[in-house]
Amino acid sequence: MSQLAHSPHAHAPVSVGKVMATVMLALVPATVFGFWLYGWPAIFLWTVCVAAALLGEAATMQLQGRPARPALLDGSALLTAWLLALSLPPWAPWWIGAIGSLFAVVVTKQVFGGLGQNVFNPAMAARVMLLISFPVEMTLWTAPAPITGLHAPGFAEAWRITFGGGAWDAMTSASLLGHVKTEFTRGVDLLSSLPGYYVPHDSVWGQRAGSLGETSALLLLFGGLYLIARRIVTWHAPVAMLLGVAVPALIANTLAPAHYLGPLPHLLSGGIVLGAFFIATDPVTSPNTATGQFIFGLGCGLLTWIIRTWGGYPEGVAFAVMLMNATTPMIDLYVKPRIYGRNRKGQSLPAAPSKKEA
Amino acid sequence: MNLLNRFQPRGGVHPAGRKDLSADRPIRALPLPERLFVPLQQHVGAAATPVVAVGDQVLKGQLIAAGQGTISAPVHAPTSGRVVALGDYAAPHPSGLPVPTLTLESDGEDRWSDAAIPADPFALAPDEIARRVGAAGIVGLGGAAFPSAVKLNISRKSGVDTLIINGGECEPYLTCDDRLMREQAEGIVAGIRLIHHAVGTQRALVGIEDNKPEAIAAMRAAALGTDIQVVAVPAMYPMGWDKQLTRALIGKEVPAGGRSADIGVLVHNVATAYAVHQAVALGRPLVSRIVTVSGGAVKTPCNLEVPIGTPAQDLFDYCGGFTAPPARLVMGGPMMGHELPATHIPVVKGTSGVLALTHAEIGRPEPAPCIRCSTCVRACPVGLLPLEMATRIRAADLDAAIGLGLKDCIACGSCSYVCPAHIPLVHYFNYAKGELSARERAKLKQEATKKLADDRSARMERIAREREEAAARRRAAKEAAEAAKKAAEVTA
Repeated sequence: MSQLAHSPHAHAPVSVGKVMATVMLALVPATVFGFWLYGWPAIFLWTVCVAAALLGEAATMQLQGRPARPALLDGSALLTAWLLALSLPPWAPWWIGAIGSLFAVVVTKQVFGGLGQNVFNPAMAARVMLLISFPVEMTLWTAPAPITGLHAPGFAEAWRITFGGGAWDAMTSASLLGHVKTEFTRGVDLLSSLPGYYVPHDSVWGQRAGSLGETSALLLLFGGLYLIARRIVTWHAPVAMLLGVAVPALIANTLAPAHYLGPLPHLLSGGIVLGAFFIATDPVTSPNTATGQFIFGLGCGLLTWIIRTWGGYPEGVAFAVMLMNATTPMIDLYVKPRIYGRNRKGQSLPAAPSKKEA
Repeated sequence: MNLLNRFQPRGGVHPAGRKDLSADRPIRALPLPERLFVPLQQHVGAAATPVVAVGDQVLKGQLIAAGQGTISAPVHAPTSGRVVALGDYAAPHPSGLPVPTLTLESDGEDRWSDAAIPADPFALAPDEIARRVGAAGIVGLGGAAFPSAVKLNISRKSGVDTLIINGGECEPYLTCDDRLMREQAEGIVAGIRLIHHAVGTQRALVGIEDNKPEAIAAMRAAALGTDIQVVAVPAMYPMGWDKQLTRALIGKEVPAGGRSADIGVLVHNVATAYAVHQAVALGRPLVSRIVTVSGGAVKTPCNLEVPIGTPAQDLFDYCGGFTAPPARLVMGGPMMGHELPATHIPVVKGTSGVLALTHAEIGRPEPAPCIRCSTCVRACPVGLLPLEMATRIRAADLDAAIGLGLKDCIACGSCSYVCPAHIPLVHYFNYAKGELSARERAKLKQEATKKLADDRSARMERIAREREEAAARRRAAKEAAEAAKKAAEVTA
């Protein structure tokens, strides 16, 4: 009792580490499924991402003369690497994962001041950097080859895929959104390009080409609902993001089915579910009120749809999230809770005239 | 009860109640301590002035220090005995710094002084009830310790129409109000009716958290046949914040910077209502209170009726002492109470509990960086942005923190309680409020100094001017006299 203690003299049994651990737990089912679906190369890539992130975190903390141990133990670098790994093509070479992770942790997070200080979501910023810098590696999608199946690469072959200099062109396949975009540029509309390519059932279970963890919408959804149930995140940003994609998709698809994908393929493709539940809910880079989070999520969804529909890239979640990250301070400036006893403008509420005076 | 009158509270947290430690323990009177240390300031406002001298023999309930000025409260002898000292003694404050305190040595007889008991307290004029409440030294027993008579008078003058009795007791561990409601519901209801009568309110509501079903039942039974409504409100912290309870019961908010009276409401604690009954109907001033002694380090948690001025050590001793060395002693509840620097510090009128907490109960590891999770925003019952305010205060930008609503913060500690990064948010705000009042004091002082200096130069100017004028007048008179003299000489 040498130091003066201050109230409250009790604390909820929570910590940053526990929050991060819960999010990672929610990612486990989709990740394990992704490992099964894409085999050893996916496991290697995930491991490389995590190792690079932890190394980068430790090195930068060391450089700043701050203790590395608490930063490594809070799990934030691990989670960033995990989310990045889930957004990469599963058979990407090791250096894609390493550069991405280091960029996420060192440039996007630590340079801005470390945990809680970054403006942009580290995983999404890294993904965007990789996509722009290494467009070939970042758009080579693999057709699923379940680890237990005949076509799956063995351990040694997988090692060559990740660390060798990949000779695996036989296995490539386009993601749904990529396919649609390519067909459009060739003048083929949706009514001709979609049949035979898009099977909703496969998207739900993730049995198609895509990045490591983006493909199984259902497992990611379960993880997201778990986070909401555990009160780690609220429903506002995820629901708004899904609406932001689904509503314009529905309207456009109803008006011109040959030119615009419907809401279901949009929701089940690419990173929408991962983005809605695990990226748009990133506390650091999203607004701090429920209303603000809803606006933020809506913006993420809408921008994703716009980029997917009219942009040069087939997928837009990462760009949309980064654009909305930039608006977070502005949303926080304008969207604030009403203070007790004040109106929305912050003025004191009028006193009720008392009966005796009246 | 009108269901439409109930409103969902905002924010709040659900800390581990730990009320089960002491909730089923009936109130017992603490055996009379040998010595009592009665501070002269146990209330908001000016300290009381002693009216007895060292060596005087006093009776229980006898006035020993009179209130000073409009906002103050008198202090009465908690038992019969002899005044043995009048000097400084450690205060019930985190600093433990000494404050003027009257030390009383008990004679063991606990003899009451004679008091006039009215035949029918309801026949007393409202003024007279307020006067008796003031004379009995009653202050808000929920912890704020604001002189109750002052509130009664303000309320009557401003035409308050709703009386709210706070039986929330939302702080974890504390069960003193719960026990009082279970055991003395009749007395509380009598007190409520007296306040009702003294202020001339149209309705009276008692708000009790729904985690105290026995207290609700007892109060409903006692209120049967009166116009007092006993309402169960959802259990959450800080439901006992008077403005939160007001919103939960009648759906109105007190204007920022204003008082409950501004929306026609008067809020009193249940224990205060009971004290009013004791004072007005039975002529007994406030000389004791119910205190919850609890915490993981206390052997047998208890609810005790304790004479004001009893050292905390006596309470712990009566409860069987400590099972383990306590990590922290707390006066009040764990959310808003303050650290008790030593156990010889006395219980005062505003002491609702003394807690001996273990390390596991306190649980405050090192602070980590804020991850902007905004759990604090959701927890704040006022609607503030604790994380944003804290960053401004850390950057010493007090004005920005005020712009975000620092002055509206009630220091309930909900934000600190839920913060996963263990940032002592409310500590930041208390620090900033301290800085703010220091700044305001300095400003006032500066203004006063400037005014004095201005006044002085104005005065000096005036004196110089007057001197000059007087000299001019004298000169003129002299010249006139000389001229007259010359004229006289000429004519002569």
